[in-house]
Amino acid sequence: MGKTFKRPEALAEQDSHYCPGCTHGVAHRLVAEVIDELGIRGRTVGIAPVGCAVLAYNYFTFDFQEAAHGRAPAMATGIKRVRPDLVVFTYQGDGDLASIGMGEIIHAANRGEKFTTIFINNAVYGMTGGQMAPTTMPGQRTTTSPFGRDVKDVGMPIKVSELLSALITPAYIVRQSVIKPKYIVKAKKAIKTAFEYQLERRCFSFVELVSTCPTNWGLTPVEAVKWAEETLIPYYPLGEFKTPGQAEGGFDAK
Amino acid sequence: MGKILMKGNEAIGEAGIRAGCLNYFAYPITPQSEVAEYLSHRMPEVGGVFLQGESEVAVGYMIFGAAACGARVFTTSSSPGVSLMSEAISYIAGAQCPAVFVNIMRGGPGLGGILPSQADYFQATKGGGHGDYRLLVMAPASVQEAVEMVMTAFPLAEKYRNPVMILGDGLIGQMMEPVEFPEHLKSEPSNKDDWATNGMDTRKSKKRNLVKSLFLDPVKLNENNLILKEKYERMKREEIRFEPYNTDSDYKILIVSYGTMSRVCKTAVDNLKAEGIDVGMIRPQTLFPFPEDAVFRAASKKSCRMALSIEMSMGQMVEDVERCVHGRCPVKWYGKCGGEVPTPEEIMDVVRSYL
Repeated sequence: MGKTFKRPEALAEQDSHYCPGCTHGVAHRLVAEVIDELGIRGRTVGIAPVGCAVLAYNYFTFDFQEAAHGRAPAMATGIKRVRPDLVVFTYQGDGDLASIGMGEIIHAANRGEKFTTIFINNAVYGMTGGQMAPTTMPGQRTTTSPFGRDVKDVGMPIKVSELLSALITPAYIVRQSVIKPKYIVKAKKAIKTAFEYQLERRCFSFVELVSTCPTNWGLTPVEAVKWAEETLIPYYPLGEFKTPGQAEGGFDAK
Repeated sequence: MGKILMKGNEAIGEAGIRAGCLNYFAYPITPQSEVAEYLSHRMPEVGGVFLQGESEVAVGYMIFGAAACGARVFTTSSSPGVSLMSEAISYIAGAQCPAVFVNIMRGGPGLGGILPSQADYFQATKGGGHGDYRLLVMAPASVQEAVEMVMTAFPLAEKYRNPVMILGDGLIGQMMEPVEFPEHLKSEPSNKDDWATNGMDTRKSKKRNLVKSLFLDPVKLNENNLILKEKYERMKREEIRFEPYNTDSDYKILIVSYGTMSRVCKTAVDNLKAEGIDVGMIRPQTLFPFPEDAVFRAASKKSCRMALSIEMSMGQMVEDVERCVHGRCPVKWYGKCGGEVPTPEEIMDVVRSYL
């Protein structure tokens, strides 16, 4: 009997710096599996954000660039415009994408840039030590909302997939999760679809992944999965929000 | 090809194309928007890339992304826009990528004004963004020189894997002058496969490339800064450019001036000479590296009693002049920074007042 489960070629043989119970590892693996399956490792360029995943380039085995905080979509635009033949994806967290980088992601999506964004939503800033993010839940305690997020003071958490879906430009916008196997299967399919749309030069593709951060939530890994399932997923519903075919005034693939 | 009459901004755009740079990202800002307007129709004609970004912040990173994958790329902006791009410029310098930035300066601080200025001297030569980095900065005094500097900028950016800045002002951008374009540059960065994230298949390599500026290990970060420092020291040895003017005479006053301001100063030098007053002048063409030795020698001349930095700022380059004169003579400053360009008569009066 042959080997049925092995490390994807696109994933480096390297211990990660991620905390126990963190789901970045799952998301990394899914991206690597998709890149292997599509046979695109030799022409893929990843863009790391600022945040926990800034070191993502240590865990992949293809070209990588490192962006400033929030600017990955602008860098991806630069690459994709001058080298449309390369496969480009940004890998960004919620502080990076939904706070400081909101301008860049909205405009890249609206221009219909032909790259893919993997958006890790774990409702907190990770690398800087658990501060409040735009996606932090009402009442959720963080190091900068010690009494819980007060929505009267700082507003409601931003639903990025829904927000981007409001743009008229055709796009593939989907939210899945990586907290349990039943979600992971769907997340993998979404990531693969997103890269396929890019390969067809069809549209901007965006995969939001509801994730965990046990360390900054102050929970055990098992409790974190439970909290994500009971609190995050009801507020951040899973599913496809937009596919290029559904869009009004859809553009022809180029 | 003969001379044609062209507006500075349009000539700068055309010079980019002639330099083999077919990738341009920009955000509109007065007084340089004509570069983007010109390239919005010219780039498609030559099969190049033109994109108007959503902000100067984003444009800075579009430049970074494109430069990091080995493409020749440039942008143009004006002072407030360059402030916004300065974050990206720091990252590009830290990650050692080549790119060309053109700043058609206007008055500041803040929104300032839209008329010509030289108030971004510090920003261009001393930093602008965070961290220990330098730009190779060239300052054109005519549309023709702007064209030549833009065309030289790309190979220099690639030689050093460092951003190069063309520091012009609103006058250079808005003025029409006859220009002649040098031959097309065809050179590609020869070493880009060693570092660029252009895809492993593109360079037929099994080794992946990383473009980054993060070094969490203090020893490695120090090493990266030493690599950068060595490049800046090499620029000082190899790239200094300046124009001496009337420095063979027995001048009592030495003017140091660059860009648009230096043209006015030249007229003043000529007029004063006609009156029997010799004034020497050094016109730095590179602001970093600064022509340190040339200024020192010119100020050390026996007849020289004073050096005068004349600039359209409240006294920025004067600090470099003071540094280079090494106390050989007093150093004074004269300038304006609201958008007015001092006239030859004003300069002549200032010179006379010190005689």
